[in-house]
Amino acid sequence: MKSEFTPPIGKISNMNGKCISLIGNDIDTDRIIPARFLKCVNFDSLGESVFEDDRRTLKGKHPFDLEENKNASILVVNSNFGCGSSREHAPQALMRWGIKAIIGESFADIFYSNCIAIGIPCFTLPKKSIEEIQNYCDNQSLLLEIDLKNSLAKSKDLNFNLEIKESSRKMFLSGEWDATSTLLDNKNLIDNKFNQLPYIKFNTNFL
Amino acid sequence: MSQDTLFDKVWDLHKVSSLPGGSDQIFIGLHLIHEVTSPQAFGALKDKKLKVKFPDRTVATVDHIVPTDNQRRPFKDNLAEQMIETLEKNCLEHKIKFFNIGSGNQGIVHVVAPELGLTQPGMTIACGDSHTSTHGAFGSIAFGIGTSQVRDVLATQTLAMNKLKVRQIWCDNKLSKGVFAKDLVLHIINKLGVKAGVGFAYEFAGPAIHELSMEERMTICNMSIEGGARCGYINPDEKTFSYIKNKLYAPKNEHWDRALRWWESLKSDENSIYDDVIKLDASKVEPTVTWGITPGQSISINQQIPLLDELSPNDKLVAEEAYEYMSFKPGQLIKDTPVDVCFIGSCTNGRISDLRVAAKVLKGKKVSKNVKAFAVPGSEKVATEAKQEGLDQIFKDSGFQWREPGCSMCLAMNSDKLIGNQVSASSSNRNFKGRQGSPSGRTLLMSPAMVAAAAINGKVSDVREFIN
Repeated sequence: MKSEFTPPIGKISNMNGKCISLIGNDIDTDRIIPARFLKCVNFDSLGESVFEDDRRTLKGKHPFDLEENKNASILVVNSNFGCGSSREHAPQALMRWGIKAIIGESFADIFYSNCIAIGIPCFTLPKKSIEEIQNYCDNQSLLLEIDLKNSLAKSKDLNFNLEIKESSRKMFLSGEWDATSTLLDNKNLIDNKFNQLPYIKFNTNFL
Repeated sequence: MSQDTLFDKVWDLHKVSSLPGGSDQIFIGLHLIHEVTSPQAFGALKDKKLKVKFPDRTVATVDHIVPTDNQRRPFKDNLAEQMIETLEKNCLEHKIKFFNIGSGNQGIVHVVAPELGLTQPGMTIACGDSHTSTHGAFGSIAFGIGTSQVRDVLATQTLAMNKLKVRQIWCDNKLSKGVFAKDLVLHIINKLGVKAGVGFAYEFAGPAIHELSMEERMTICNMSIEGGARCGYINPDEKTFSYIKNKLYAPKNEHWDRALRWWESLKSDENSIYDDVIKLDASKVEPTVTWGITPGQSISINQQIPLLDELSPNDKLVAEEAYEYMSFKPGQLIKDTPVDVCFIGSCTNGRISDLRVAAKVLKGKKVSKNVKAFAVPGSEKVATEAKQEGLDQIFKDSGFQWREPGCSMCLAMNSDKLIGNQVSASSSNRNFKGRQGSPSGRTLLMSPAMVAAAAINGKVSDVREFIN
């Protein structure tokens, strides 16, 4: 875990860093952060517990414990990463460990929206390209430069055209991934909508 | 792109604006909160100096961390006590209705909102919990969100979201005797896979779905997320309306008539367009049990655990992981697998009808001496009803422990946990590695009736042998 954590803020366009490869499909959020660590009222100490049970089982051989992955910030995963529980604690734990971006074959929906909401861009690549990165990482460290504007990832030996949902890409570039103020800009529209909804009117005894 | 489905209609009704990035701003009609995913959201409101915009549209209860053996305050677990205190304080400060322990209305959030009549057709419902899809059983569009999105709903009553595609899952015929909604949904997830639903809302339809009770429909929609679909729903019908009628927060008198007229108009059109349609025959579904570490890794009670060669290339990696973790051999029968713990409860199967069906199996029988079995009602209301019907006594007479309401060993945030590599027969929704509180604990998901049968025999059994 990195000692000084500062959450991302504002526009996000470039991410440069070392890749850490984690192999496996359907890695769920219970594995990313087991439920017992959810007994907290803030996210501050989650970084040290990321993948706690998997790491304990592998006794120092888990990618998040390997010396060569120290200071890595771009996580490379396989398919359906982050499935299961909606706990934002999972991406928060990854972020507090040092992850700034994730590249994978595919992501679970709620995990993906949680990542966007806290400022972690998630990119997809075909299975073949992910395997190419993961094989490369087996033998040497991979330093990637990610250009979000053009959806490109470059390194000494490998280059990829990354895919990301267009709405997510725009939100990172404009800073609107931190959505609250953008949503509040439409305060009048929200009030109008509230007044128009049929069920607001017939739920007069609603709380 | 889907057109004129219930999902399209409810989405369009709640759309506030198109956001600059291209996603939609969606109004959330009902926001449910609990102690685990809300404290940081309230903290963020404070940091941003924002208020809760519509306090009346948010309802709170406490479920994940509550002990089920002794609920006296302060809780023995200091961290659990701190979480409930934080929720109490936040609700008081922001004037949010909170169904606390002892109120008569506390329980698992996805059990409580429907039984209070808060969950209604045509609403959008969000909660910081992935099983929010449960509420789709009423023809609402309901989905799980993370804590930052909880913050956004509190502050704005809206969310920035991309519209989902819609897949209809048409279930023909009807379920056979001894086969339940849980078996059907496990079967669906097995056939489609755990990630097929990514980017989709699932519409469950067809004669077999129509036949199901509201509580069975909740079981189906609850597990949409285990198939990757953040949202699952069923078009509302007479059963939906009569379930809601006379509930505490249901519309009353002339408001009921207006509500009913509107609800009756809410369904997918006959010629609506889906992004995808899947058809299956519900009469072919058998009692189903998971053998692996994802809810998609299931088989019928009389089947063998699949050989690696029988699986598609994409499923092999997780299957190999599952054989090892579960200590199962490919080709082994799941039937007669010894179990150590039996758990009946959770937002999937902790409702009164679940307890009734399990009690029917247990009546006059004893739990195997090798098994620790416990039943956790989904809510205080469910517990009261069960006691009125004498179900608690049937459970206790058989050797089950009868507990207080909460999420309990579904995710083991309280002291109800597996120990070491114990095997549990569980009516919950996830068999992930370590899910039930032990990093090497093993979970077999099944219907409550099947859990009861496993408890009696001390091993995975076919409940149909008990109910003839």
